[in-house]
Amino acid sequence: MTKTTDFTRRGFLGTSAAVTAFFASGVPLSAQSAGDLTIAYNVPVQSWDPTTGPAAVNPALQSVYLAVFDRYVGQAPDLSFTPSLLTEWGFNDDKTKISLTVREGVKWHNGDDFTPEDVVWSLERASNPDTGNPMQFVWSKIGNFTIDGNVITGDVLEFEPALFKWMAFLTGHILPKKYYEEVGSEGFEKAPIGTGPYMVDAFEQGAYVRLKAFPDYWGDAPAFETVTIKFVSDSASRVAEIESGNSDVTSNIPYEEYDRLIAKDGLSGQAVPVTDIGMIFLNDIDVMLDKNVRLAAHHAIDKKLIIDRLLRGYGVPLATLEAPGYAAYDDSITFEYDPEKAVELLAASGFSVENPVTFKIQTTRGFKPKDYEMIQAIVGLWRKVGIEAEIEVYEIAKHYELRAADTLAPAAFYNWGNSIGDPSTSTGFAMFGPSPHAVWDSADLMDKIGPLFVEADENARIQGYKDVSRYIAEEGYVIPLLQYVMPIVYNSSLDLTPYTSGDLLPQAISKA
Amino acid sequence: MLLKNVLVRLITTAITLFGVAVVVFVLVRVAPGNPIAMMLPPGATPEDIANLSALYGFDKSIFEQFVIWLGGVLRGDFGTSITLRQPVAELVLGRLPATLELSTMALFIALGLGGTVAVIGARKRDTATEVGLDLTSGAVLSIPDFLWGLIFVLLFGVLWPILSISGRIDPRIEFDFTTNFYIFEGLIRGRFDVVMSTLSHMLMPAMSLALPLAAMIAQLLKQNLKEVLNQDYTTLARVRGFSETSVILREALRNAALPTLALVGVQFTFLIGGTVIVERLFAFEGLGNMAIDAVINRDLPLIQGIVLLFAALFTVINLLVDLSYTLLNPRLRHG
Repeated sequence: MTKTTDFTRRGFLGTSAAVTAFFASGVPLSAQSAGDLTIAYNVPVQSWDPTTGPAAVNPALQSVYLAVFDRYVGQAPDLSFTPSLLTEWGFNDDKTKISLTVREGVKWHNGDDFTPEDVVWSLERASNPDTGNPMQFVWSKIGNFTIDGNVITGDVLEFEPALFKWMAFLTGHILPKKYYEEVGSEGFEKAPIGTGPYMVDAFEQGAYVRLKAFPDYWGDAPAFETVTIKFVSDSASRVAEIESGNSDVTSNIPYEEYDRLIAKDGLSGQAVPVTDIGMIFLNDIDVMLDKNVRLAAHHAIDKKLIIDRLLRGYGVPLATLEAPGYAAYDDSITFEYDPEKAVELLAASGFSVENPVTFKIQTTRGFKPKDYEMIQAIVGLWRKVGIEAEIEVYEIAKHYELRAADTLAPAAFYNWGNSIGDPSTSTGFAMFGPSPHAVWDSADLMDKIGPLFVEADENARIQGYKDVSRYIAEEGYVIPLLQYVMPIVYNSSLDLTPYTSGDLLPQAISKA
Repeated sequence: MLLKNVLVRLITTAITLFGVAVVVFVLVRVAPGNPIAMMLPPGATPEDIANLSALYGFDKSIFEQFVIWLGGVLRGDFGTSITLRQPVAELVLGRLPATLELSTMALFIALGLGGTVAVIGARKRDTATEVGLDLTSGAVLSIPDFLWGLIFVLLFGVLWPILSISGRIDPRIEFDFTTNFYIFEGLIRGRFDVVMSTLSHMLMPAMSLALPLAAMIAQLLKQNLKEVLNQDYTTLARVRGFSETSVILREALRNAALPTLALVGVQFTFLIGGTVIVERLFAFEGLGNMAIDAVINRDLPLIQGIVLLFAALFTVINLLVDLSYTLLNPRLRHG
């Protein structure tokens, strides 16, 4: 006899129920447990050396680095500078020497003492081109260090007014001399140590890092014993992570989702302006050589409308490349939305709606919130006054290459970060022709910005940048659009301090 | 004859991989966007750019770079990732198990689901059930894998949260893997918490990848089954008293499965390719997710390594499919 095999509905349902029970019973899905914190983060840590390679200059990775490593100089939530591993720092009167006072009683995660030798070694390593520190041009401006107790003095080889601000930003982390020399570059990648509030407990490349509180941390003890940072690049998945309770905190999600999530019970949110601005680079080619066209393009943009309609009100309109909170922000510099004036300016150059001026504008799509949609809206506003712009979408990598080669289109959308709030790192490098980041190369601007890079009088330097910003607005050399707002959503049982620098620090999160 | 065929295929595989290496090497260098421009901080000078270019070897001609890279490859050195600062071979081989486990699980789900639907369709041929299954298969096939992923995230991640949304395993689980095949190693070492957590993380991405393939298998296998079920030997089986289901499973399925096997072989390579988007969606740390980061960051050595590994996988899978097809098909085996 042959045995027959038949499918039954009951069998199928039974199997389904068993499978469901299998997963539902055995797998812990909730993020919350005593002393633990889970963050769904948008950028994966690529390397554990925060001073070399591309990862070192990725502002988005600084939040994770700052949990493990300390910088020479710290930064408060409002961008002001605070003592960190250096307790005092400064130039001498004639700006020929620097003096650094090193914090005492600090331990590395492996128990070694933190010493002034670690500071000198880190500075010398950072200035060595062979190590691949992308900020070598800053660190190479000081050298010849000597140590006396916990005070380090060094020579100023080339004056850099923002030197100590850089010590609170990219590649400004101090690494352990003795340990690094023992384990080497690859060994350090596998087992990194710092002096920060958290130690790396487990790391899965591209997946997560699990951090444990460092019991000998020199500062305030963090609120959570264990912090798991999951690397979730897709924003829809980050939304699902926080909504399902798999994660306690997430950020950089669409504003629509932010509004929806914070309306739910159990979730809270903060949306804070950060040091990242949206702007349109203008290149000094073709029709952009006509001042009327440049100013008309700027006057025709209703920034508030774009922020309200596309970004749900999450943004701050800007008239210069300096945002509120930056050292050279000047609220007296304004640029009005005035389409009638735009029409007049274009008419003066022979253009009208019937005979529009034409040029290309390049933009990314999805790199920043609503970037492409913003440019679409701007092109629509331009069309009403007599500007016909063709949109070209490109990848951010192409933007960098074109910008370094100074071959961008007449107009190109970009976002510019400036976590230290210094004008040299926004207006300065963005608008100074010889910089590989600048697009507008006119001699008048170089003459105005060049001396500010070496201006020793800080008040004069800041005032100089304010004057340059006003001049740039009057000449229409760039179109600043808005300061971005970073949305953060978190479990209502938590308390969170947002940072204007855009950092989302585990040590700044506590139980409510 | 079989050995000769294998040797010929191995030689053509080597030539194919060399061709892929040349094309990829040149393409990633002439395509817009270079890694040095990506890492330039504000204030970098032309000298800084030259220093960084020299450090990563981009100051040489493409031909010189290729010769250096090829020399390294022949010694087993695929270069060092610019962003991850680790040997490329170590990185891609470290991620390969994740993608292979995911793809294999998706394949098994697709075979199980597709095969079941095909058998039911063949069993219920020329009835409303068959029409319903055909319509369902068509609908499933028309939805791309990443959209299935989003649907699953909403259903089983948010509304009925029984599965994990992102990652490959619960980060709280302590386990020192030696192979990176989490399920396999978890089973061997008796760590069922590891197996369950991995399955919980893998089920949604695997289902997302599997559903379109399952629909394809269901349609093709059912058609083949229906043809075979009209053959004399299946009629004879019925006369001998076999039930219809037994006729299908014991007599018809093996012969009907051969064309499906060929399809599955081809589709498996596409399925591995499909992991790129799905892995990204589920933050699953496989090769696909790594490939996207490598492209975004213009990590040229890593892109080359990943593409070369994908190419090797594709050719090896195709070779295995051809061999198994030959072994299973008596006409080819004896021809």
